[in-house]
Amino acid sequence: MYPENFRYTKEHEWVLVEGGIGTIGITDHAQQELGDIVYVDLPKPGTRVEQGRSLGSVESVKAVSDIYSPVSGEVAEINPILADAPEKLNEDPHGAAWLVKIKLSAPGELPDLMSAADYQSYIGAEK
Amino acid sequence: MIKKVRSHPSQNEALLFERSSPGKGAWQLPELDVPAVDASVALGAANVRAEIPGFPEVSEVEAIRHFTRLSTWNYAIDHGMYPLGSCTMKYNPRINELVARIEGLAWAHPYQPEALAQGAMEVMARLEAALAEITGMDAVTLQPSAGAQGELTGILLIRALLEKRGSPRRKILIPDSAHGTNPATAAIAGYVVENVKSTDTGVLDLEALARAADGDVAALMVTNPNTLGVFEENIVQAAEILHAKGAMLYMDGANMNALVGIARPGDFGVDVMHLNLHKTFSTPHGGGGPGAGPVAVKKALEPFLPTPRLKRVRGKWAWDFKRKRSIGRVRAFYGNFGVLVRALAYILAHGGPGLRNATVDAVLNAVYIRKQLEPYFDLPYPAPNMHEVVFSDERQAKLGVRTGDLAKRLIDYGFHPYTVSFPMIVHGALMIEPTETEGKLELDQFIDAMISIAKEVETDPELVKQAPHSTRTSRVDEVAAARKPVLRWKPA
Repeated sequence: MYPENFRYTKEHEWVLVEGGIGTIGITDHAQQELGDIVYVDLPKPGTRVEQGRSLGSVESVKAVSDIYSPVSGEVAEINPILADAPEKLNEDPHGAAWLVKIKLSAPGELPDLMSAADYQSYIGAEK
Repeated sequence: MIKKVRSHPSQNEALLFERSSPGKGAWQLPELDVPAVDASVALGAANVRAEIPGFPEVSEVEAIRHFTRLSTWNYAIDHGMYPLGSCTMKYNPRINELVARIEGLAWAHPYQPEALAQGAMEVMARLEAALAEITGMDAVTLQPSAGAQGELTGILLIRALLEKRGSPRRKILIPDSAHGTNPATAAIAGYVVENVKSTDTGVLDLEALARAADGDVAALMVTNPNTLGVFEENIVQAAEILHAKGAMLYMDGANMNALVGIARPGDFGVDVMHLNLHKTFSTPHGGGGPGAGPVAVKKALEPFLPTPRLKRVRGKWAWDFKRKRSIGRVRAFYGNFGVLVRALAYILAHGGPGLRNATVDAVLNAVYIRKQLEPYFDLPYPAPNMHEVVFSDERQAKLGVRTGDLAKRLIDYGFHPYTVSFPMIVHGALMIEPTETEGKLELDQFIDAMISIAKEVETDPELVKQAPHSTRTSRVDEVAAARKPVLRWKPA
């Protein structure tokens, strides 16, 4: 369920780092908890973000929730499909519905994040 | 099984636009007795609007029936219990309406000279004094016209005082059980929001607060009792932690209905708070409102209150506009005056002992519901509750039925749903607030309905998942409505 090559936050985001670029999304658990997602608010490319700080928000029929950045850096790219098709976040949160790509400024932060196995036991305990 | 079902007239109701037929109207003007003038010549063509295409043309009786029918699809506190948690949907006594319609008050004009507005000003002065006494605070502004505007006003007051002391600081602390308006307020006032986790029992975590409260913190915004209906019993220590760091304690007065006449926020260390007159003080909610969100402060914040302020000059009321440190106006004129009149009527009709009784009854009602429903619904935070009780759908979710389904089934039993999915710290929350309005008969009907629904979940979950069955329309597509909103009618 949870890809081994991702790292995870307690706030239910994931990051996949490849060549200094971190692709960020929300976890399948997060999309299930949020319910039907109706709007995604993302930062503009070039925005500087800090680990643990809000980089945007996801709105579902239940609530608006902040997205906390798993890593620090600069937004390099945002996913263009989400503006018109926020439902993709419910369908493919670990794949096509990634949120942003961030050029990492502090790769040393990565060990702070959870592995897939740790995340899975974390959400098990949270329930 | 269903003991109480209200009627839902199911006559199809077209939009007014769809009822239109050209040439119909509901008005008549006398024949012109002066020469006709072409508006575009008199005013200039640019200032004359063209006809609005598709504007509905209906007769008087068609317009009356249309809106009357729509009104019958509504639910109101005058129909029955309205257990919408956190909203304090208490009955709006008719005496309030009678008083608000007294000619001199109903027809008062904001530009009326002070000499001719002494009665209206006296009403406001008395309400300010009553709210100050009830909250244990030193001064009150009646200007903010909603709870959220009260919050913003309160935080701007804190900002103004801290600025005068040297720095507005950077952060506002907010517990994870808070109303969503709290972080929104802090952000709009230019602060960074930092969440403070609650303890396992659902109250403020003093250790977490002490760690978070540094010299950067302007204030903690806390609701007491909190959104679980649990009294923050460490509130005095929380205030001490904040005050030791030069920070302030802001109280969201959303749940003041559990405290009036029993405990005063001013006595437990609160520096600023707002009240929702449409909750605690029985003025109408929402579209029937408007609202009012007075803000009460301790002495140190009084110089910053919005202008104008009431003052006594030679035995008369006057408006004081010259207050150098004031944050300025937050609303035109003097607030929602008609609402203020109703709140004062409520306070005076009850008197001190009556207000205290209302509080005691509101808590008793919520505790009664909790005790009766505890065997059927999961209670995630077992701390003693005050004016509202929060269950979770954990037991029903195992059978595939969620809080939203239970709420919709409650409509079939003739009740307005409780609050769904809030507070956020409870997964699948059922938040129930009966208020003091309900007697035992209505409470028992509600409890029977909830128990009956809990049993239906076990015997026939589909019945609950497809509810409501007795309404004109059942489930609407909330997702499509949010993703692709249609905000106005357009001609075909």
